Amino acid sequence: MTRLFTALVARDLRLAGRRRSDALLPIAFFTVAVSLFPLGVGPEAQTLRLIAPGVVWVAALLAAMISVTQLYATDLADGSLEQMQLASPPGLALSLVTAKATAHWLVTGVPLVVAAPVFGLMFDMRGEAIATLVVTLLLGTPILSLLGGLGAALTLGLRGGAALLVLLIVPLCIPALIFGAGAVGAVDAGIGARGHLSLLGAFLIFTALLAPPATAAALRIATE
Amino acid sequence: MPVRNGAPAIRLQVSGLECRRGERTLIRGLTFAVHPGQIVWLRGANGQGKTTLLRTLAGLTAPEAGEIHWADASSPPPFLYLAHANALKDDLTATESLRFLLRLSASTAAPAALDQALDEALDRFGLASRRHAPVRTLSQGQRRRVALARLAVRPTADTWLLDEPFDALDVGGVDTLNALLAAHAAVGGSVVLTSHVPLAIAAPVPFVVTLESIVAA
Repeated sequence: MTRLFTALVARDLRLAGRRRSDALLPIAFFTVAVSLFPLGVGPEAQTLRLIAPGVVWVAALLAAMISVTQLYATDLADGSLEQMQLASPPGLALSLVTAKATAHWLVTGVPLVVAAPVFGLMFDMRGEAIATLVVTLLLGTPILSLLGGLGAALTLGLRGGAALLVLLIVPLCIPALIFGAGAVGAVDAGIGARGHLSLLGAFLIFTALLAPPATAAALRIATE
Repeated sequence: MPVRNGAPAIRLQVSGLECRRGERTLIRGLTFAVHPGQIVWLRGANGQGKTTLLRTLAGLTAPEAGEIHWADASSPPPFLYLAHANALKDDLTATESLRFLLRLSASTAAPAALDQALDEALDRFGLASRRHAPVRTLSQGQRRRVALARLAVRPTADTWLLDEPFDALDVGGVDTLNALLAAHAAVGGSVVLTSHVPLAIAAPVPFVVTLESIVAA
């Protein structure tokens, strides 16, 4: 089980390294999307500080969605997915889908977490609020990768799968968005982010338990 | 690999197999056995269900009815399945692609030993000079050779399930593959393969399973 997991994560990271333009697209999208808001809304510091957590979170969610559409598509097309399924009988298919989600998170989620403080400064956020934003993204981006993987498996082999994936998966990500952005707002309001962070953590655990079996089942159906 | 003591006389028993693809029943009441040292050649016109049958044997598709019984029901599965698609990644090199596939299929060999076995296998298929070339730059026939090189990496599985292995191969490639198949059978390995060109293997004589078209009931 761990053999498949490590082999697959290592391969996906290497592939991301070979196709750097594809791998950098989500973070570039995130940068552009977040940068547009100060230009559009105007340089009023008070307003920017207010909308910052929501803007960063929405951009992170969309960046995750655009990058996850191809998660299983190329592996299906070149026959790799079949070979991976052979190596992991139904009970072990979980290691396949968790490995794919982990690799996706390392390639898209982690850069977003790292870049977030810079955007916090751009929106004139306070240090404490920036720290909270980073923590929420650290807890939240794995949720996006896990749910995105589920969407990618469900829409595998469908025409117009990308649009369908966004329609299917974005509603499921709403709790992460609410508690993620809410935590930063709560810190700004001086009531502490503990409650929001706990709920976000609980949602992460919930997703980590339920998304992989659902993804494995969806993959099975898609390739049968 | 040598035949183990007390190896079962039948490696794979298929009985009363019924396979569907979508709404169509492709195979009905198919019964055959695969013995150690035997090459089974699945014949049938296009769309007769050869690929579906191989996928069913590999466990990728569930049969509609009937049984597939492997004598050695260990996990990971005691077979190697090479599909029509080569399962190579365009952006990896030939060696990297193969190494990933081998790591998937249970080879616990040390990385150094594995790499050496890989080099020898690629060499055998005449790809020694292209071993570090990205798969994207290889021709269709060379990709097929890379995929088939998996068969030459030891230790290999007892049973090979090969879907059109001769596709896109040139004369030299066909000869290499035939030699590999004969050698595998000689040490007690079994092969189930599909091919639309006649097999040029002198020994063992391939056992032919013909898939007939089924008139929808």
